[in-house]
Amino acid sequence: MRLLTHNMLSCNIKGVTNGFPLAIEATTVETKEVDMNPDFLRHIFPKLEWKAFRDASHSLGVDDLPEQVDPDMLLDEEFLRRFHHALLEVHLEEGVLICPETGRRFPVSKGIPNMLLNEDEV
Amino acid sequence: MIEALSSEDILRLGMDFALDVVESPQCSDPLPLTLVTPLDYTKPVLPSQRRKSADIRLVARHADVYEPCDDSFALVDALLADRVNLCELQPSICLEVGCGSGYVITSLALMLNNTRKVKFIATDISEVAVKTTRATLAAHNLHADVLVADLNSGIENQVAGLVDVLVFNPPYVPTSEEEVGIGGIVSAWAGGVRGRVVIDRMLEVVDSILSSKGWFYLVTVTANNPGEICQIMRRKGFASRIVIQRSTEEESLHVLKFWRDASNESSESSGGPVVSPSGRASFLQRSLSHRLSCLVSFK
Ligand SMILES: C[S@@+](CC[C@H](N)C(=O)[O-])C[C@H]1O[C@@H](n2cnc3c(N)ncnc32)[C@H](O)[C@@H]1O
Repeated sequence: MRLLTHNMLSCNIKGVTNGFPLAIEATTVETKEVDMNPDFLRHIFPKLEWKAFRDASHSLGVDDLPEQVDPDMLLDEEFLRRFHHALLEVHLEEGVLICPETGRRFPVSKGIPNMLLNEDEV
Repeated sequence: MIEALSSEDILRLGMDFALDVVESPQCSDPLPLTLVTPLDYTKPVLPSQRRKSADIRLVARHADVYEPCDDSFALVDALLADRVNLCELQPSICLEVGCGSGYVITSLALMLNNTRKVKFIATDISEVAVKTTRATLAAHNLHADVLVADLNSGIENQVAGLVDVLVFNPPYVPTSEEEVGIGGIVSAWAGGVRGRVVIDRMLEVVDSILSSKGWFYLVTVTANNPGEICQIMRRKGFASRIVIQRSTEEESLHVLKFWRDASNESSESSGGPVVSPSGRASFLQRSLSHRLSCLVSFK
């Protein structure tokens, strides 16, 4: 699971008002190189929750992303490279995603997050 | 040129169309060609008219995962028939619910890939389906965000109002209520009463998923009462049309398309006639007239 995926996940158990972002407990992290696509990065940038993304990258051992960002940075090759790496190349293979409000744990197994809820949670 | 075709011609075209797709999913022949040829023999085949869909030989399989079937092909053909419009829409986020083997999301990614800006998301309630989808995407050198979820659970907040293209080939077979969602391959087709249980749950969330310009493609069979589905969506402010109607030995499939109807009137510019569920004859007629507009768009 890439951090791009993590950025769109939240816990929506009945009654939960603040289920985003999910904390990450990483057991296995892998890096898979992919070609960089600046167009995609520029397109997706405004749709990202940056703080959630940066915090998540920390949980996976990536710590070279700036705290503050603005769209001008998307012109900087070095920034794009880091952004690309953290967003698309670092994968959470095994671990758990944890709801910030309830502590509900969602497993990530073989890179696949399981967001199914039990019947009494919906 | 179009007017010169008799309705018999049109029916024949429609049948060629159906046969071609049902019988030769393996061949990478450009599907639109079968549509273009009868109308215009002289036009050269442009690379952009090539069929852009997943290679069936590269689609991963598993005993508990729905294999691409008539309904999957109908959905991909509907997307292909609408491909020019889809490219013009310039979607940012596309979501497939119930991705199964991954045949559909892979095809959608391939046909839109040239934009290089699109984010693809797929969900399935079955974990092995999600794995299979990932394998199919990987075999085509693609990557998407794939997760185990009930419809859009887990992404309902973060992608709310952001999805430009939503596709769903649901479990639509009428079954007993107990069979719905019991897991395994049964969940792939068991749709409960009139095959509508999962479909109706989906209809409830479409409004919150789709962006203002978003489109929703849904596979249905006659038993689901597609006319009524269109009416339900109409009440929610969505216009609709049939993109493809196709009869197989077992069922009559419709691929429906929905979009937000700004005017609440039938608007030709949004892509053809609005479906009014006024009996089978007009349903068929509208479908045929639409098939014609598909043909035209391939010129
Ligand atoms: C008819 S199959 C279609 C598979 C694939 N999209 C295709 O067209 O070949 C329906 C798929 O929906 C999945 N499904 C059923 N109920 C679901 C739900 N509530 N949420 C997500 N997926 C579901 C099934 O596991 C199955 O893979």
